[in-house]
Amino acid sequence: MRIGVTVFPGSNCDRDAMHAVERAGATPVELWHADPELKGVDAVVVPGGFSYGDYLRPGAIARFAKVMGPLEEFAKSGGPVLGVCNGFQVLLEAHLLPGALLRNTGMRFVSRRARTRVEKADTPWTALYGEGEEITLPVAHNEGNYYADEGTIRELEEEGRIVLRYLDNPNGSANDIAGICNEARNVVGLMPHPERVSDPALGSEEGLRVFESVLAAAGAKV
Amino acid sequence: MTNAMKVRVLVRPKRGILDPQGEAVKRALPALGFSGVETVHIGRLIEMEVESADEVEGMCRRLLANPTTEEYEWEVVS
Amino acid sequence: MSIQETYASLGLSDYEYDRILELMGRAPNYLELSLFSVMWSEHCGYKNSRPLLRRFPNTGPRVLQGPGENAGVIEVGEGWALAFKMESHNHPSAVEPYEGAATGVGGIIRDVIAMGARPVALLNALRFGPLDDERNRYLFREVVRGIGGYGNAIGVPTVGGEVEFSPAYSGNPLVNAMCVGIIRADEVVRAKAEAGEGNLVVLFGAKTGRDGIHGATFASDELTEESEAKRSNVQVGDPFAGKMLIECSLRLLERNLLVALQDLGAAGIASSASEMAARGEVGIEIDAEKVPLREEGMEAWEVVISESQERMLAVVEPEKADEVLKVCERYELDAAVVGRVTSHGELRVLDNGEPIGSVPAQYLADAPVYEREVQRPSYLDEAQRFDPDDLPLPDDYNEVLLRMLAHPSLCSRASVYEQYDSEVGSDTVVRPGADAAVMRIKGTKLGFAVTADVSGRHCYLDPRGGGAAAVAEAYRNLSCVGAEPVAITDCLNFGSPEKPDGYYGLSECVDGMAEACEVLGTPVVSGNVSLFNETERGAIYPTPAVGMVGVFEDVSRHATPGFKREGDMVVVLGGIPRWPREGHPLSGSSYLEVIEGKVAGRPIVPDLAAEKEAADLVRTMIRSGLIDTAHDVSEGGTLVAFAEMALAGGIGFDFAAREIERFADDKRHLQEILLGEKGATFVVTVPQNRWPELQEALSGANIGYDDTGYTGGDRFVVPGLIDLSLEDLRRARERDLFEQHAPEGGHLG
Repeated sequence: MRIGVTVFPGSNCDRDAMHAVERAGATPVELWHADPELKGVDAVVVPGGFSYGDYLRPGAIARFAKVMGPLEEFAKSGGPVLGVCNGFQVLLEAHLLPGALLRNTGMRFVSRRARTRVEKADTPWTALYGEGEEITLPVAHNEGNYYADEGTIRELEEEGRIVLRYLDNPNGSANDIAGICNEARNVVGLMPHPERVSDPALGSEEGLRVFESVLAAAGAKV
Repeated sequence: MTNAMKVRVLVRPKRGILDPQGEAVKRALPALGFSGVETVHIGRLIEMEVESADEVEGMCRRLLANPTTEEYEWEVVS
Repeated sequence: MSIQETYASLGLSDYEYDRILELMGRAPNYLELSLFSVMWSEHCGYKNSRPLLRRFPNTGPRVLQGPGENAGVIEVGEGWALAFKMESHNHPSAVEPYEGAATGVGGIIRDVIAMGARPVALLNALRFGPLDDERNRYLFREVVRGIGGYGNAIGVPTVGGEVEFSPAYSGNPLVNAMCVGIIRADEVVRAKAEAGEGNLVVLFGAKTGRDGIHGATFASDELTEESEAKRSNVQVGDPFAGKMLIECSLRLLERNLLVALQDLGAAGIASSASEMAARGEVGIEIDAEKVPLREEGMEAWEVVISESQERMLAVVEPEKADEVLKVCERYELDAAVVGRVTSHGELRVLDNGEPIGSVPAQYLADAPVYEREVQRPSYLDEAQRFDPDDLPLPDDYNEVLLRMLAHPSLCSRASVYEQYDSEVGSDTVVRPGADAAVMRIKGTKLGFAVTADVSGRHCYLDPRGGGAAAVAEAYRNLSCVGAEPVAITDCLNFGSPEKPDGYYGLSECVDGMAEACEVLGTPVVSGNVSLFNETERGAIYPTPAVGMVGVFEDVSRHATPGFKREGDMVVVLGGIPRWPREGHPLSGSSYLEVIEGKVAGRPIVPDLAAEKEAADLVRTMIRSGLIDTAHDVSEGGTLVAFAEMALAGGIGFDFAAREIERFADDKRHLQEILLGEKGATFVVTVPQNRWPELQEALSGANIGYDDTGYTGGDRFVVPGLIDLSLEDLRRARERDLFEQHAPEGGHLG
């Protein structure tokens, strides 16, 4: 299985994402922002970082990069897409997911381990977790405070589209939301960084199943 | 640029959206001895020189402001 | 303005101006004078410190590159090497803390890139005045935000650091940033323009504006009210451009498109070009009008000494220039051929073909050297006069421990390091909060550890002993995580060398450090000097910052300070210093400062042989897998070390009653044991069934050790003296250093 990882100017978790993809047993494929093609990949990760320096708003400029056209088509036709941190912000700006991420209520960058609960295992990126399973993932962001209007939040709750929830909310996120999916459940955005805990050499593999899940979902697991 | 006009776009958080920067400044002002501050909101000022103002509305809608959390207004200043 | 006023305003002395006249054989014009002014400043020319720096050892079996390049380089193994350097940004940070700190981080990252290495770890060493002062709080908050703002965005993890507070730094904070990069040993790039005549000089990165004109001379002046007004001198950092610069530089090197590479720092194009020319013994001509500009109407001299950030200068063979420009375009960076390498040995600046300044590069590189008289300052006798026997005995050890853990210089640093992304890059094995950060090298079993250690208070009380102590502490910290210490980079932060006190402190500290580096086998491979750290209130403490790097053959064999298991034996072990030694364990201790409010007495003079023996033994036991928990005893003594280990592991501690009984009649001795700071001491834990192995490992060594208690439960107990819950300790120690302080101004974004 080939998993694309987008690289925008200022992305900085792209290499980490590729490493995790490799550890999960898939082949990482770099998707350069200026090339309007997905190179036939089976899934796409939009990694974290500070695309375009987070200038204007995080994700606001990256959302118009040339690679985003084919990515949006891919997502709309059901292809598995994962946005992590800044990647989540890009997917929100691109309206592939609803809502927005505001400045952390503490007004500071927050870099720590966050305890979270996997709420839904029916997405291609969480299939190998148990529903209700608690995992600890790193967070590292300035704008991770999820916001949407009341109607949207209600919809997300009712449709079971909150995929990951904080147990100790680090940023003021509405309803402790750490990750959500779209209606079709193929597009997932996560604020924490599963790719950073995907290697036993770093002390934890709790995030690796995110990447293994998409292989399992595609039935391509070797 | 010839015939350039200067446009000023003001982007600010929508009413009711949490504005932690504004809150922080509001808390800080009395500490410095400025009393009677009821609300503080912090937004962004964007200045552009453009050939025509026709596209400014579109720029605001598509890029300069996030309609989910922000509102905007703009004017031609010269 | 008279000529004298002009050169004085550029920070040049009468003597220096005369020497310029002599060298040039004519009066320099303003541009030429500006070049001398920046190249002969302390920051670039080390005119006050060069003779002292020669005392440092700087070779060793793993050293691939010593001082003189953009960064030092050491070998790790399997063809891998590390490039690293520490640099100060004190003065810019005192004036504009956010940008000062941010550009400090950006600058040190570019030094590492210039060696061809990928930056993989950042550290910092910070000093501020006490937090009860609003200005100090503002400086502290904004410096931390600036470091995070730049480091987080550029995607290099900030994995360690050091911060303390003392009145000596009020108004003159210290901001020292360190960067470590990884590179293949055979691909180290050097900043020489050696390939000679006909090669082209390419400037790439951000556009050039009027940023920081004369910032380098400003960084070597004392801080006064006037420097507040010099605010416009401070450069603004753009981490986004910095990130593109990393990727672009590495791509250019990977494709073998460059002959030499140099970052642009103080004095911009002029200083970088003259350094490249001097090192390569060639000349360089710069066409000022070809530099891509951000502002209109800039004068040619402003263009060549502008300190706009995020730029690099490269020497390129003519046939590769187009390809270089194309790669820069891919990374959305400005790039232009702005000059060429010549054989005339001069740095020449041309404006549309008209020469507007020309100086032999050797003259610029050859700053005058001042050797000054070393004179013991009078304050030392006063400061060292302290009789430990006059010290009251603590009547409540519970209160002592809680107060110490809550002190701003000893409490948890989480509120600082949680503002830094410490994991981006997925190489961080041990995150901030331990004795040293541990990093792996992907695709191998290799790793490295890195620590930054500073000893201002100790150096104030005993500059030579304190200099040695800073190196010894770094050596202990690396050994505690299991790494083999290899080499150091340093940042020497001192007051004015033109005052006898200042020069004495500098000279003595350097001697102490040099001796420790010699004995411990850790040469100095790079560094930086920051002098004139004085305000109207006086000089800072003599403050050397030591950044030490160590290596692992197998990074999985490392230790951390937190207790791991219930029922482990807690063992204090230490090198046995040769007695008698000068100094006293409670003199100059944290206890004395925190509880008695005194900075006085002569601390124990480090016994370097004992330090080495104890540290090497701890490392050997970690490598063999015998121990996985270790912590060095430094500020706050063993009591604070035990508490830190208990809190880090979330497991309680029971001090052995017999130890207390032993000293029932000598309460002073007990105080020294629990709260004294004498160096060469560690706390380790071992499962009870492996206690014989530990004894075996320690037998034969000149090491004293004691099983002082057991891990377990959720209380911290020293019989008859302390009985506290871990929760009590946690509440005291886990302070938010930024709390209660809303922003008073400055950056909001």
